[in-house]
Amino acid sequence: MLLETVGLTKRFGGVTAVDRVDLRIVAGEALGLIGPNGAGKTTLINLISGVVGADGGTIRLSGADVTGLPAHRLAALGIARTFQGVRVFKGLTVHDNVLIGRHTRMRSDVLARLLPRPRDMADPDRARSLSLIERVGLGRRRSDVLAGELPYGDQRRLEIARALASEPRLLILDEPAAGMNPTESAGLRALIESLRAEGLTILLIEHDVRLVMDTCQRVAVLNFGRKIADGTPAEIQRDPAVREAYLGTEAVA
Amino acid sequence: MDALFDFLRTYSTTIAVIGVSALLALSVWVTLYAGQLTLGNAAFMAVGAYVAALLGRHLDAPFPLALLIGAFAAALLALPLGAIVFRLRGVYLAIATLAFGEIVRVILLATPITGKGQGLNGIPPTTELWHIYLSLLIVAYVLWRVQGSTIGRAWAAIREDEIASASQGIAVGQHKLAAFVIGALIAGWAGGLSAHVTFSIDPSDFGFTKAVQVLVFAVVGGVPNVLGPILGAGLLTALPEVLRPLRDYRDIFQGAILLLVIIYLPRGLVTFVDVRRTRRLSRIGAVDVA
Repeated sequence: MLLETVGLTKRFGGVTAVDRVDLRIVAGEALGLIGPNGAGKTTLINLISGVVGADGGTIRLSGADVTGLPAHRLAALGIARTFQGVRVFKGLTVHDNVLIGRHTRMRSDVLARLLPRPRDMADPDRARSLSLIERVGLGRRRSDVLAGELPYGDQRRLEIARALASEPRLLILDEPAAGMNPTESAGLRALIESLRAEGLTILLIEHDVRLVMDTCQRVAVLNFGRKIADGTPAEIQRDPAVREAYLGTEAVA
Repeated sequence: MDALFDFLRTYSTTIAVIGVSALLALSVWVTLYAGQLTLGNAAFMAVGAYVAALLGRHLDAPFPLALLIGAFAAALLALPLGAIVFRLRGVYLAIATLAFGEIVRVILLATPITGKGQGLNGIPPTTELWHIYLSLLIVAYVLWRVQGSTIGRAWAAIREDEIASASQGIAVGQHKLAAFVIGALIAGWAGGLSAHVTFSIDPSDFGFTKAVQVLVFAVVGGVPNVLGPILGAGLLTALPEVLRPLRDYRDIFQGAILLLVIIYLPRGLVTFVDVRRTRRLSRIGAVDVA
C-alpha cells in the first residue's frame, strides 16, 4: 500500500467537502478518481498533497502517518502533483520551471556558486530536466521560452514535467486533459501509460471518463464528498450508485 | 588625475551616500525578488548604525568588529520579526514592517543611551569610500550568484506562485525568512558604514521617509537583477546634485524624471539592458514585484 487515507474529512463552513473517505492506492497502479462537479475530488487531493489541512482522519504514506505535514514536506517524501487550473511559473523559463521541480532532489549550490570555478558542463540536474522536457513532448529547443508564452496544452505538459522532476513515488494529476484537443489528449494518454509502465503510481482525476477507464486499473467515485464506489473500470460502469450520481434517479429526458 | 581627486574631494559625501543607498536598495531587493514587499530596512539600518556607533564609543570596539556586530544585531532582530510578519502578504506585510520601523524609531527617541531625540554626535568619520564600495561589490556579487542558485530559483518560484512552490517541495516560509534576514544583515552593515560617514545620527534619519526612499531606489532601478537597485540608488541620489543649477525648479524636474521612468520603464531602469525579455514578460502579465 503506497498511500492510504482513513476517514479523511474536510469541512468548509457548513459544507463537508470530503466526508470520511477511505482511499487506498497500491504501489504501481493508476487509480482514477471521478465524480460530478463539486464532489470533492480536488479537495481530496489538496488534502493528500498538503495544500489544505484535514479536519479529521489520517493519511498514511508507505505505512507512515503523514497527516498534517506541510506540502513541501510531502513533496520531499515523494508526492508530486499538477493543478486543475495550470500553475506553472509563468515568468520563468521552461527549464527553470523543471529545475524548481527538482528542488527537493538538489543539494543547495549557494556556497559552490560563490567561488569562481570552471563551468560544470556535466550538470546532472540540468541534463535530467532537459530530458524530462523532451519526454513530455515540449522539445529541447523550447527550454528557454518563458512558461507563460506556451500554449495552454503545453503548459499542462510542462506542469507534468515539473512534477516528474522531483522523482515522485506518487504522481497526482488534476484534470490534465482539460482544455486539450483530441491530439493532445491522445499524447497525454500515451504519456500516462508509459509512466505507469515504468512503475510510477498515479492518481488521476479527470472529467474525460473514457481517458480514466482506459488508463486506470481501478477507479474510485466521489459524490457529495463521499466515496460511493471503488473497483475496476468495468465494475464502476455497472455500479447503480455511480449511474445514479451521474444521471440522477429519475430518467432524464 | 588632479581633476579626479578634486572631484572626489568635492563630492566625497555624495559619493559615499550613493554607495550606502545602493547597499540599502540591494537589502530591500532580496525580499522584493522573493515577491515580498517589506519596509523594515530603514529600521534595520538604524539598528546597525546605533549598535556600531555605541560599540565604538563605549567599548572601543575596533571599527570592522563594530560594523559586523551591528549588522548581525539587525539580522538577529529580523529573525523573530520575520517569523511573525510573514503570516501576512502584500500591503498588510508592508504595513506591519512599517509599524516595526516606527517602534524602533520611538525606542531610539525614548532611550537615554541612544541620545533620545538628539541622537549620537561626534561619531568618528572612520568610513572610507573604499569601505563602502568594496562592501557594495561583495554584496552585489554574492546576491548575483545567489540569484542563480537553488535558493534564488526558490525565491523566484515563491514570487510567481506560493502554492505551486510548496507543492514542489520549497519550504516557502523558511525561504521568505532567509530573504528577510539577509536583507536586514545588508541594511545593518550599510547603517554602520553610514553612521561613520555623517558624524551624527538621530532617529529621524531612519523613519518612514527613509523606508520608502529605499524601496523607490530598488523599484525605479528594477528588480530583475542586482544591477537595478544600484542604478536606481545611483540615479536618485545623484539627481539632486546634478540638478542643483536649476535651483527652485529642482524638485519639479526630479519629480518629472521619476514619473517618466515609472511610466515608460515600469519594470525599472535596468530593463534598458534587456528590453526584449521585458516585453515578453509584460505580454504574459508576469509579476516581478510583489
